[in-house]
Amino acid sequence: MNNDLLFDFNVDKAAKTVYITREFNAGLPLVWDAFTKAELLDQWGAPAPMRAKTKYMDFKVGGRRFYAMISPDGQERWAVQEFTSITPKTNFKMYNAFADKDENRELPGSDWNYNFSEQNGITKVDITIYNESFERLEKLLEGFKIGFTMTLKNLEVLLATLS
Amino acid sequence: MKQDIFQAISDPTRRAILTLIAIKALTPNAMAEKFDMTRQAVSKHIKVLHECELIKPEHSGREIYYHFNAKKMQEFDNWLAQFRQNWETQFNQLDQLLSTIKEQKK
Repeated sequence: MNNDLLFDFNVDKAAKTVYITREFNAGLPLVWDAFTKAELLDQWGAPAPMRAKTKYMDFKVGGRRFYAMISPDGQERWAVQEFTSITPKTNFKMYNAFADKDENRELPGSDWNYNFSEQNGITKVDITIYNESFERLEKLLEGFKIGFTMTLKNLEVLLATLS
Repeated sequence: MKQDIFQAISDPTRRAILTLIAIKALTPNAMAEKFDMTRQAVSKHIKVLHECELIKPEHSGREIYYHFNAKKMQEFDNWLAQFRQNWETQFNQLDQLLSTIKEQKK
């Protein structure tokens, strides 16, 4: 949408780490809220046509967010984020793991570190994701793929109707 | 158990083996010699790399030559490209949300 905003995505395969940096055209307090408040997270936290649904979120050290990514056909992929460190409007860390609908976690998960900084009204967010295994990363994408395949199917149906 | 590609690549010796055989296919004995390792140690690394299909064996007479499987590495890169795409989509959604909220506050 905003092409002059920085977007970096780097993978260090040897260190099993993904580095993401993105700038946003908004002040730090608002961007911080968008990453730490359930009602805002649910509005952008899954790539369309997937959507995110938070069952509960307790944003404090030791607290958890229990949420699902939902595909267009209603399939739910649940995950638990446990907040391990919070420095308001600067940094937070969490441990993310997939779970079943009853919140039983599937380990191992991955470690996430978020850094926030603002300059001239532009807020920069640095995200570091450490994955113990590639299988875990593959799982992350599995859910996305379901959604994507569904979209393609919808498109096929639509095209068939039109022709 | 099937080997994890992340685990396979995270070992420096295995990365060195991959770099070497990407240039030229090698027998286990040749690898042991180049890395000054025992045959057993090389066999362990080969097993891990083979199980996640990063290398593939080719028989030539009595010898087995291991080749680098570039296709598997490509597959891995494709996964990452899709992961990146998902983030891009989400961040664009967030851009929209932020501008909506900013409008409302005006």
